[in-house]
Amino acid sequence: MKVDCRIAGWADGRLLLLAAVLSAHPPIRLSAQDTSAIDRGVRIGIVYRPGVRPGLVVLPGSQAGLDSVRTIVSRDLDYSDRFEVITLPGGDSTSLGPGDPPRATRGPAPGLNYPLYRALGADFAVEARRVGDTTVVVVHDVAASGIRRTFRQVLPALSDPGFRLAVHRLADQVLQATLGAPGFAATRILFVRDGKAYRIDQDGADVKLVSSTDHQAMSPAWAKDGRRFAYMEFTEGHGTLFVQDVATGHRVSVVTTGKSLDFTPAFSPDGKTLAFSRATEEGTDVYTVNMRDNCCLQRLTRGGLWDNLSPTYSPDGQRIAYVSTRPGLPQIYVMGADGTDQQLFAPFDYGVTGSSNAPEWSPDGQSVAFHRDVGGTLQVFVLDVRTRSVRQLTSLGRNEDPTWAPDSRHLAFVSDRSGYRQLWVIDLETGRIRPLLQQSGARLPAWSPRIPEAVSPNP
Amino acid sequence: MKRVHSLVLMGFSVALVAAACGKKAPEVAPAPQPNADSIAAAERARADSAAADSARRAQEEAERIARQREADSAAAAAAAAAEVRNMLAAMIHFDFDKAILRPDDQGALDQKVAILNANPDLHIRISGHCDERGSDEYNLALGNRRATAAKNYLVAHGVDASRIETASYGEERPVAMGHDEDSWAQNRRDEFEILSGGDVLRKP
Repeated sequence: MKVDCRIAGWADGRLLLLAAVLSAHPPIRLSAQDTSAIDRGVRIGIVYRPGVRPGLVVLPGSQAGLDSVRTIVSRDLDYSDRFEVITLPGGDSTSLGPGDPPRATRGPAPGLNYPLYRALGADFAVEARRVGDTTVVVVHDVAASGIRRTFRQVLPALSDPGFRLAVHRLADQVLQATLGAPGFAATRILFVRDGKAYRIDQDGADVKLVSSTDHQAMSPAWAKDGRRFAYMEFTEGHGTLFVQDVATGHRVSVVTTGKSLDFTPAFSPDGKTLAFSRATEEGTDVYTVNMRDNCCLQRLTRGGLWDNLSPTYSPDGQRIAYVSTRPGLPQIYVMGADGTDQQLFAPFDYGVTGSSNAPEWSPDGQSVAFHRDVGGTLQVFVLDVRTRSVRQLTSLGRNEDPTWAPDSRHLAFVSDRSGYRQLWVIDLETGRIRPLLQQSGARLPAWSPRIPEAVSPNP
Repeated sequence: MKRVHSLVLMGFSVALVAAACGKKAPEVAPAPQPNADSIAAAERARADSAAADSARRAQEEAERIARQREADSAAAAAAAAAEVRNMLAAMIHFDFDKAILRPDDQGALDQKVAILNANPDLHIRISGHCDERGSDEYNLALGNRRATAAKNYLVAHGVDASRIETASYGEERPVAMGHDEDSWAQNRRDEFEILSGGDVLRKP
């Protein structure tokens, strides 16, 4: 495969990279890799779309009790990777923040120094105030010198477990109001550590245990409504699937399982069907079960001499991508949701390309993320569903088990690039990478959809 | 002994009665002469008692020996069972990402066939394991293949399939914790554990 890439230049200390142009041919590592690999002289980074991201400043204020709100909102907007988040040049905040709360909801707000924000490069300014017990978040359009949107929210107390999630929702509203893009601030990631399932906020805060037994847990997976998740537990040589309610913590075992080794559960988008892998003496195959009536076990694949596993639904529910060892080594396949029309999905070169595993279909349906063995270690790849071309996202250390954020441009994955295995988040647009959890041993992450309002913060 | 005493006393009292009937000066009564009969009786009694003693000792000795024999044979049986158990538990190993039985593990598997044949009540579970290099979830499928490969061998050599359960733990339960080739090689394995019928194990 010919890889043609050019480094466009440096801006802002950030390496801008032009798209790598691929043409089909022998398989060298592919086009895109994370930016942290560049200093090792390995090809390219991620496909970066040159262009100026809008600047955004979160205004400081003197009102007490809002620092947490500002900090969380500012970090969420930064982690959306859609803004240049401007840090104010410290010190005298009163000259930058609003003097008096602006009264008008339209037109220029008094006390705000729009020309200064503009000079700092801000297109938007976010201001947080408190009026009584209501938190008011005002989004200013700096270019238009006016207020874009005002949100009023009675936030739970700082000590309330629902506080952070409520603030994350405000951050998502700000993103929607400024760029019209849905965010992922109000999301969580499930993962496994020391055989137990945990959840963590997408900004790395608030790690909580969700496993309720001492049995070894694996492979957590979210229902698309964000109200339930499934996972597998080892019991006496078997693998049993459980579905747990986020709000109540109550869990039920999936009825057709328990006497066999069942693993890698995946909800259909409508939440009615659970697809999973079942290992028997005939090998491993993909099955589905009707969740609502707890019945109707269906076998979608018949491997015989090869294994089929790790199903993941397309967001329209029509197709299932999965892993098949049909070509000898495991590779990414696709079939209809009823098991028909099984075919290779992610192209590979026979005898050259390494094992490919752990596919996850993106929420926008356009991509499937997976990991592939490259020279004895694992790297994260993304398959373009339409063109069926693959590109490599990572190259530093071992990188595996990617899971999509609801915006379909961020992935969480496991990497040992820091010396031990931990969770990281990569933005596919900019290549920016941040550690999600600074604890070793975290693995098998599953990123939630946007958490619905009704869900209490305590799974 | 009691009998001896009463015989002697009897002789003594006979002498006393004779002396009293003489009604003469109360001379010093002659020292009582034990009569021959009583001596013989005492001798007999002594001999009887010695015989009883030695008979008892012999019986005790026999019991002790029997007990010792029993203990020895129990220990031998336990040792044999432990040996059988160890032979059964001997792990077999695999190449990276492979579920093909290695030729040098065939001896170990043949031993297991013999043990299963000699102990018809024995039920076992074979669990397949992997090293940490592969994908976590794929390794469950690979471990399943490894367990099934061993089961298929045993069944092909005459063991009833219903006596063997299979399981897979993927890379979740390593025996060696290192991150090197030696540890990986140890972790790519099948384990054999007894589910039931393992209380008394006969050597094949």
